[in-house]
Amino acid sequence: MIAAAAPAARSAAALSSAVAQIWAWLGAVPDPEIPVISIVDLGIVRDVRVAADGACDITITPTYSGCPAMQVIADAITDALHAHGVVQVRLHNQISPAWTTDWMSEAGKAALKGYGIAPPAQQVIDISGLRAGGRAAAAAVSRRAALAPTVACPHCGSQHTEITSQFGSTPCKALYKCLDCREPFDYFKCH
Amino acid sequence: MDNKVNYLLRLGDNALILSQQLSQWCGKGPALEEDMALTNVALDLLGQTRLWYEYAAELEGAGRSEDQLAYLRDAHDFKNCLLLEQPNGNYADTMVRQFYFDTWHYFLIEGLTRSSDARIAAIAEKSLKEVTYHLRRSGDLIVRMGDGTAVSHAKTQAAADALWMYSGEVFAYDAVDEAMVAAGIAPEAGELRAQWLAHVAEIFAEATLTMPPADAWMQKGGKQGRHSEHLGYILAEMQFLQRAYPDAEW
Repeated sequence: MIAAAAPAARSAAALSSAVAQIWAWLGAVPDPEIPVISIVDLGIVRDVRVAADGACDITITPTYSGCPAMQVIADAITDALHAHGVVQVRLHNQISPAWTTDWMSEAGKAALKGYGIAPPAQQVIDISGLRAGGRAAAAAVSRRAALAPTVACPHCGSQHTEITSQFGSTPCKALYKCLDCREPFDYFKCH
Repeated sequence: MDNKVNYLLRLGDNALILSQQLSQWCGKGPALEEDMALTNVALDLLGQTRLWYEYAAELEGAGRSEDQLAYLRDAHDFKNCLLLEQPNGNYADTMVRQFYFDTWHYFLIEGLTRSSDARIAAIAEKSLKEVTYHLRRSGDLIVRMGDGTAVSHAKTQAAADALWMYSGEVFAYDAVDEAMVAAGIAPEAGELRAQWLAHVAEIFAEATLTMPPADAWMQKGGKQGRHSEHLGYILAEMQFLQRAYPDAEW
């Protein structure tokens, strides 16, 4: 569709609407491990550019260094855009600035909760202070900072929950259990 | 070998060898949660390995891929610290090794976020939240095991004593490390060691463990490729497929 655009249509306005269209298409690409949330809602897609010749440059960032889903996500983006008629898709990996759960959309957080995964509760690991070094760095790993955040149960809403394990089924999640409804649940960690 | 390439390979080799060691616990952890935690940490370290190797391979410019660096080098070409090739042993051995490493790794990575090399700073920024989480978890486990039962305390103290002599190598800077410090790429050893000692002392105090003497004699040589026999066994398993079926791909 974009590749087929007539030369006259390659104005700034046309390119900008093409970019918006690409974002909308990417918004329908699900995360392979948590399919209720899209890769856009998760904050993985950082930049979309459309060149005058219709080629599309997509910049993505990994959630975790070792995230095994990155190749699947890259393939899913290419497949989705090909299916919409974009002939040339170039993917770029970017690691800085580092991905944070702060980039997750409110819609994404709501979808996680509906799926039974508690969304990130607060910014627990704030690296902005760490870069100052010294005392701030030491404080970040002191035992007081290691206390797990209070997380509401995504099933019954109770705040009466406790952490079972700091790691869950994927690197981005921790395991909790609800002390009221007794259900175990995944918590999408702040990162 | 170029100093920066050498330094990057050291960072990558540390992460890779520990990742491989932790993966051995997969399916054998003392509890399901521990099993998942260690394999998640292994996955983070593997991701970091790839970032370091990728950069090292680019700078080296010899056409080696990250896979070739991991699978086609022999023990004397590996530059990981001796601590990381020590056997998994019992769970206290694994967690003390992890805690000693995580403490150094955290303060190192935190220092590398201010590296004069923008690519290294970016990789450090990406890794910092992961290693912060690793250190919080391993410190928590040391307290739980040290201040746990008489048996867990004894095993954790024994592991802390036995692995202590491998904890100092990371602070024994050689010409490669010093070149990195001079170029503003890596943090100095003195400050890192002070931070490491302070954090280990804090956790050991809460864990009711006795910290071995800071001036104890320390092993070294891993960074320069002089390894214990353990590394050969680790590589034999890790590299088998590529050695037996060269260029095999998933």
